[in-house]
Amino acid sequence: MTSGMKRGNALIGQPIERVEDLRFLRGRGTFVADVNREGQLHAVIYRSPVAHGLLRSVDAQAALNLPGVHAVITAQDFGADVPVIPLRLQPLPELVPFRQPMLAHDKVRYVGEPIAIIVADTAAIAEDALDLIDADIDALPPITDRAGAELGDVLLFDEHGSNSAIEWNAVRGDAEAAFASADYTRRETFKVQRHAALFMEPRGFVAEWNANEEKLTVWGVAKVAFANRTILADTMALSENQIDMVEVDVGGGFGSRGEFYPEDFLIPFAARHLNRPVKWIEDRREHLLAANHARELECDVEIAATKDGKIIGLRGQSWANIGAYVRTNGSIAPRNAAQFMSGAYAIENIQLTTTSITTNKTPTGTYRGPGRFEGDFVRERLIDLAAKDLGIDPVEMRRRNLVSSDQMPYPLATMTPFESVTELDSGDNHALFDQCLAEFDWSEKVKLQGKLIDGRYHGVSIGCFIEGGAAGPSENARIVLELDGSYTVYLGSAAVGQGIQTIMAQIAGDALEVPFDRVRVLHGSTSHVKSGFGSFHSRSTVMGGSAIVLTAEALKDKIRDAVAPTLGCTPTEVTLDGGNASGPSGGVVSIMEVIGEPIEAEAAFLNKKYTYAYGSVAAHVAVDPKTGQVDVLEIGSTKDVGRMINPLTLNGQSVGSIVQGLGGALLEHLVYDKEGQLLTGTLADYLLPTAGDFPNIHSTVVELKPSPLNPLGAKGAGEGEIIPIGGIIANAVAAALVDFNVEPLELPLSPPNVWRLIETAQKT
Amino acid sequence: MKFPSFEYACPASLADAVALLSEEGDAMVLAGGQSLMPILAFRLAAPRLLVDLKNVPGLDTIKISAEDVRLGARVRWCDIEKHTGLSAAQPLLAEAISHVAHYQIRNRGTVGGSIALADPAAEMPGIAVTCDAEIALTGKLGERVVPAAKFFLGAMETCIQPDEIITEVRLPLWPSDRCWAFKEFARRRGDFALAGVAVFYDVDANGCAANTHIGVIGASDRPCRLGSAEQIINGAFLDATVIEAAAEAASNEIEPMEDHHAPADYRCALVKTLLERALTRAMA
Amino acid sequence: MLVKFNVNGDTVEVDVEPRVSLADCLRDVLHLTGTHLGCEHGVCGACTVIIDGEAVRSCLTLAVQADGATIVTVEGLSNDNALTPLQAAFRKHHALQCGFCTPGMITTAHALLTEEPDADAERVRDVLSGNICRCTGYVPIVEAVLEARAAYANPDKADAS
Repeated sequence: MTSGMKRGNALIGQPIERVEDLRFLRGRGTFVADVNREGQLHAVIYRSPVAHGLLRSVDAQAALNLPGVHAVITAQDFGADVPVIPLRLQPLPELVPFRQPMLAHDKVRYVGEPIAIIVADTAAIAEDALDLIDADIDALPPITDRAGAELGDVLLFDEHGSNSAIEWNAVRGDAEAAFASADYTRRETFKVQRHAALFMEPRGFVAEWNANEEKLTVWGVAKVAFANRTILADTMALSENQIDMVEVDVGGGFGSRGEFYPEDFLIPFAARHLNRPVKWIEDRREHLLAANHARELECDVEIAATKDGKIIGLRGQSWANIGAYVRTNGSIAPRNAAQFMSGAYAIENIQLTTTSITTNKTPTGTYRGPGRFEGDFVRERLIDLAAKDLGIDPVEMRRRNLVSSDQMPYPLATMTPFESVTELDSGDNHALFDQCLAEFDWSEKVKLQGKLIDGRYHGVSIGCFIEGGAAGPSENARIVLELDGSYTVYLGSAAVGQGIQTIMAQIAGDALEVPFDRVRVLHGSTSHVKSGFGSFHSRSTVMGGSAIVLTAEALKDKIRDAVAPTLGCTPTEVTLDGGNASGPSGGVVSIMEVIGEPIEAEAAFLNKKYTYAYGSVAAHVAVDPKTGQVDVLEIGSTKDVGRMINPLTLNGQSVGSIVQGLGGALLEHLVYDKEGQLLTGTLADYLLPTAGDFPNIHSTVVELKPSPLNPLGAKGAGEGEIIPIGGIIANAVAAALVDFNVEPLELPLSPPNVWRLIETAQKT
Repeated sequence: MKFPSFEYACPASLADAVALLSEEGDAMVLAGGQSLMPILAFRLAAPRLLVDLKNVPGLDTIKISAEDVRLGARVRWCDIEKHTGLSAAQPLLAEAISHVAHYQIRNRGTVGGSIALADPAAEMPGIAVTCDAEIALTGKLGERVVPAAKFFLGAMETCIQPDEIITEVRLPLWPSDRCWAFKEFARRRGDFALAGVAVFYDVDANGCAANTHIGVIGASDRPCRLGSAEQIINGAFLDATVIEAAAEAASNEIEPMEDHHAPADYRCALVKTLLERALTRAMA
Repeated sequence: MLVKFNVNGDTVEVDVEPRVSLADCLRDVLHLTGTHLGCEHGVCGACTVIIDGEAVRSCLTLAVQADGATIVTVEGLSNDNALTPLQAAFRKHHALQCGFCTPGMITTAHALLTEEPDADAERVRDVLSGNICRCTGYVPIVEAVLEARAAYANPDKADAS
């Protein structure tokens, strides 16, 4: 399946500098906060100050009396049926009770839940009015953790009868039999802390209602504009063709941005309600409360192995603290934690269950490597624990268990409900693992294992990961050959900072057999193509790119058909070269002169199977046993993506992903108190990695085994190396502190937590 | 997060600034604004008037004399960093201030602002207390000078009266042969420290430590001296045993706060470690 | 209040409420939207502008405080035709992805290299630790700033050409 790329790699595979950069570097980007409409008003959201309570009434009179305030909208303004946020993925009937209303009406279930929307002349006035809103809430006891949720004496959803929303099961082989016959088993409990994507540009929308044409325009959409248009149309009782969703520059996504949140409805609703353009820009404090949280998971998991280190089973139970509601993609991480816990390893027998538990915290959703970061932490720790117990070198232990190339395609555990069957599409885990070891100079660095040098203990570790990509079902592209001989590519994929304008132009240029600067890429907005699916699950390059390849073929066929009569030959005899076409007899014509008007084609790439990029990551840490500080001295990663479109941007994804992972392993933690109040509500408290923290990170990306599933041979690679980082850092810390017999089972490995591990180990 | 509404005044003299504060009971002083502005952004305060000191003359100078070092209230962290004389005249200050915040904040943040904010983990108040500094204030009744030890009353709490403005911090003479060190531990570069210690002592004719000053930040509701540790050092010839004993005493003396950044026992252990490292550094 | 200052070479006079931050004034009144607001409490650095030669967080500065000042924003660093050597180095090293923190990175690095064209990697990391980037992991940003030093050591080359 490599048609359409006849000229080979003129552009694909080249480290082409991004076209996006020219505007971003000079302050000429257009982010949603930069969008202004004539006569616009500004909105702020009044959010619940308590974690759990019965909402009796909202008195907005004082706020309405403030000069400059135009409206305060509460759930009462929606009529009898308060619209809810539907489930974009896994829309199972059993999850219906847990959907979030656009505004709280009978109950509030987390601090930060929207209760009212204030619209005023300026954002400052709207914020002044916040203090004047009086919400009468009868506080209920808050549930913040699994133990509290399981007691069941307080329920978030009384009618449901339990705080557990659903159980997800991942099954492969016969785990019971495997554990019964195993030489060795070990069972441990693990915890991954709540943290979040925290992209740098806060969310925001500008919405405008054209009353004459009854049309709505929304600026600020991201990731999944088409799906959100469907939701918005349903909830606002409009047809989809009455709504235009405009994607402007997007300051980072990482899974969290662009999902349908209450504000995605509230701002357009306010604009129509007031018949004025309304702008809302999320502030950082509310971002920390309002945007999806992620990762909070407890696991009780057991590994089974033969005495020579062959892992034969994984089984156990996990509990995902999903917060107060099931949001659009709230099922993904709990499912992934179970289905992908085996990762790159051939583990034949699996029985893993994840229970999604509701609590009075911010709802959760996907964050780069959802469920995979958590599951890999558990698995990589268990492998090192088993290796230690069995007296096997952890490197050798991994080698013995990696899925080998002759096992490809390799089926993973099957997930139910909402059945998902998937298999690793291609790869050579062992070759990549050895390359990573060599590039990291493992054989030298491993000599430092557990050594105390200048007050710090050194440790190294290596682990392996898989990265699912290319989620279907389809992506659409439309390509227009313009009058000036340039090509405009319209694409359903969305930009979230990954550089798709550049990458897609590379693919289109090669597919159309024209130079890079003849191609212009427009994407994301609903007006560009008939339908689209957007950017999630590392899908844009494969899905959007493949759609471009197919569309380019269709367009070239159309052009050949159109010029063939003039050239006096059959369409298959026509040769296209940039703006010109030639026939077998040597005649050359300008395509545009023959056709005389823009010509276009549209096509979709359909796909049901996932691609799996895979790789290895090695870490070298030094631990100060007195302070508990973990210094990351070096991280090296090696990854196979099948086919590389742009090595510059791809390596950028890898290094960025590693550093995000280090944030999750060492720094980031959304801490709640027992009352359900978020204690880390500023960027001075929620600790993101900064330039001083992790200086020595390097990545290698290779093209070893192309994906057989798409015409490019490419695999989704936007999430990648973050996935194993928690496990790898924990293993390196364990290796460093081997003299103390410290075995980290919880993240983050903050200085107080590491210090506590050492203190506890010394006392026992 | 837009600021609440307020009036703004930019008086040209200290007297005018004091008069504005006296007349408007609900006023706050603005210097660099690097702590005040976030407080206003989160609407933790909503004064009716901000009195900007930027045009008040004389507050931005660093004076080094035979008696002391005087830092004007509007002296910024970058001024201290770039000053050529301070690393000799007040090396402990220079070292501690190198840990304050980030590049852009350092271009605006001021000595007076930090003293007035009285964050328990901040370096400047810690140095003021450690070094027996005096803080000069001017109000409607004139100037008064308060020893740092009596200036800080609790977390974010000081003895400044509503009509008063900090004008100067006076640090006593620093003998050139003094032994000193500053150590702090923060999660990331520029963050407020989880704890920090500032140490100095002089060496007497017998080679023993005298006049020991040990200050700690981030370990209680205000910066404070650690008398029990100082006592152990004073009169002793510093070695690993003495240092260990002093560090242990320091760890026992403090009653740290507990918050989501660190539990109390961790802070106790941290202060012990930091003091060990500081004393080891000071005697090197 | 009436406030007068110089922005990117132009003297401007604006009438703003005292509570308006310099960042909001630049963005909303003067339409210089290259200056970004990522946190509005002085941590992320996206709003960094250069006031009288010094890098400053414009979210922690009131517009009225800037009266009489000379301000340079990211828009003022390059002319219409070309990237500056610093900007070109960012592009070459892929030191930006989503582009949101980029204006603050550029203004901060420009202020640093103007004053310290010999800043080493440690100093660059120290200074940039006041600017948060969520995409790149900082490695390429530091590489880009280090590469751009040569242009600042020879100031004639620091402008776009």
